[in-house]
Amino acid sequence: MSKRYNFAAVLSAVVLICCGALFLGQKVNAAGEGKITGTVKLDGAAPHMKGIDMSKDPYCAKIHASDPGHLETYVVGSDGGLANVVLYISEGYSGPATVATTEPVFDQKGCMYTPHVLGLDVEQKFKVVTSDQTTHNIHPLPNPMTGNIPWNQSQPPGASPVEKSWKAAEMIPVQCNIHPWMHGWFAVVKGPYATSDAKGEYTINVPAGNYTVTAWHEAAGTQTQKVTVAAGGSGSANFTFKAK
Amino acid sequence: MQRNNLRKWLLSVGAVAVVALPMPSWAQLTKYDLETRLGIEAHVGDVTGHAKDAKPDYRRYCVGCHGELGDGNGENFPWIDPKPRDFQLGVFKCRSTPTGTLPLDQDLFDTIARGMDRSNMPQWSTFTKQERADLVAWVKHFSPRWTNEKPGTPITIPPEPEVTPERIKAGRDVFARVQCWKCHGVLGQANGPSAATLTDDLGRPIAAFNFTEGARPKCGDTDRDIYRIFMTGLDGTPMPSFADNIKPDEAWDLVFYLRTLMSQPSKEKAMAKQLGLKPVDPNAPAGQQ
Repeated sequence: MSKRYNFAAVLSAVVLICCGALFLGQKVNAAGEGKITGTVKLDGAAPHMKGIDMSKDPYCAKIHASDPGHLETYVVGSDGGLANVVLYISEGYSGPATVATTEPVFDQKGCMYTPHVLGLDVEQKFKVVTSDQTTHNIHPLPNPMTGNIPWNQSQPPGASPVEKSWKAAEMIPVQCNIHPWMHGWFAVVKGPYATSDAKGEYTINVPAGNYTVTAWHEAAGTQTQKVTVAAGGSGSANFTFKAK
Repeated sequence: MQRNNLRKWLLSVGAVAVVALPMPSWAQLTKYDLETRLGIEAHVGDVTGHAKDAKPDYRRYCVGCHGELGDGNGENFPWIDPKPRDFQLGVFKCRSTPTGTLPLDQDLFDTIARGMDRSNMPQWSTFTKQERADLVAWVKHFSPRWTNEKPGTPITIPPEPEVTPERIKAGRDVFARVQCWKCHGVLGQANGPSAATLTDDLGRPIAAFNFTEGARPKCGDTDRDIYRIFMTGLDGTPMPSFADNIKPDEAWDLVFYLRTLMSQPSKEKAMAKQLGLKPVDPNAPAGQQ
């Protein structure tokens, strides 16, 4: 029995490292000479994120026994950096589709989604995996009118990854019906993108040109800025959101 | 060109007005959109259905719930639950095809005749085959998905094996492993820990299937129907597809075990009684039922 748990521990460590690698990898997914960097901040105090009562599923509750899970609508770093903001080129990019070195992974871990927001290019393949010893169902809810089709698959413990892609740019909420607090996003955009990290920082690699960068946050809304990137140089766009 | 400009203008106004929500509003089709698709056909066996021929039947029998534009917003909409299906979304519960794909014409044809148990959708077996096929084509003309996509490849259902006590026991293990009880409850009474919070794709509360009150599953009550239900999932509802996680042979075991939960008398129920089969223990460690 303990061997089994060891294996599970090693497995989840590997998955975690992969996720970490992926998180870094996301920032360099478009081939190009220049780049756009910046920081996303939240103006004012970070809104209180409610703790989650996971007592319905003892497995989930046990994992969060010492540190209860919290909603992740606003994840704010110590300097006010806002995480989970997806930044993408809404105008000015006509290059090839994103070529990711690694396939983005959306993990169900401790009855939460890791990452909470997964940035994706249109038609980019990604994997949904589970690290949990409880059954989840992965149920994205796109608007079928966009061309993205909703699906719903179960992932019991040890389930093999589900590999998918999306046809159209859309911010797609994803939920687990078994654990109603589980809520995340597939942020599907066209072209290069980046997701702000725990400090609110991001880097989008793009060729030289004039661009409009859009920053999207699930609750705070969207903002845009015009950025010029010189050949081999970098442009900068900082965003400040207000909590709604 | 002019249309393009108008679109740009509308887009920019929208962007200013709603802080540029990148999520497009759920588009509503118009009568004009629908008329352009009236040529659509349905093929069921050797019968070919034509959408335009179904208009009188639809207006007489279906429009009250499903609505003139097929959006499920007919005049009866406020008064009935489960709500009528929104055909414009092209998302259907009862399919022989994998989750996230369009159903076959045959699936829609069968649904019309079967009706939906415990809902306001009656059995329309009084229609002739031709009328039903025409209505299938009519249902299809409401969603642009039918012009842009092909139906999925139906799942393969192997021939039903002989039911044995071992298979029923194995089915109980599948029920425990994939945790059907999380919603359906250990006795199939739809009272699992997650049952109370279930919502459909449009955020409306929805109940898990209760095996114990003599009801028929909405997508059919033959053994093959039950097999198909959990292997394709019921799109638009919380019921996911288990196709990746239950092998075909195990799936039959699970069908036999589900029969033991149902209140209707069956061979499986008698066998389970003889075995003294206990319900699954939700607290047992994985693989130790």
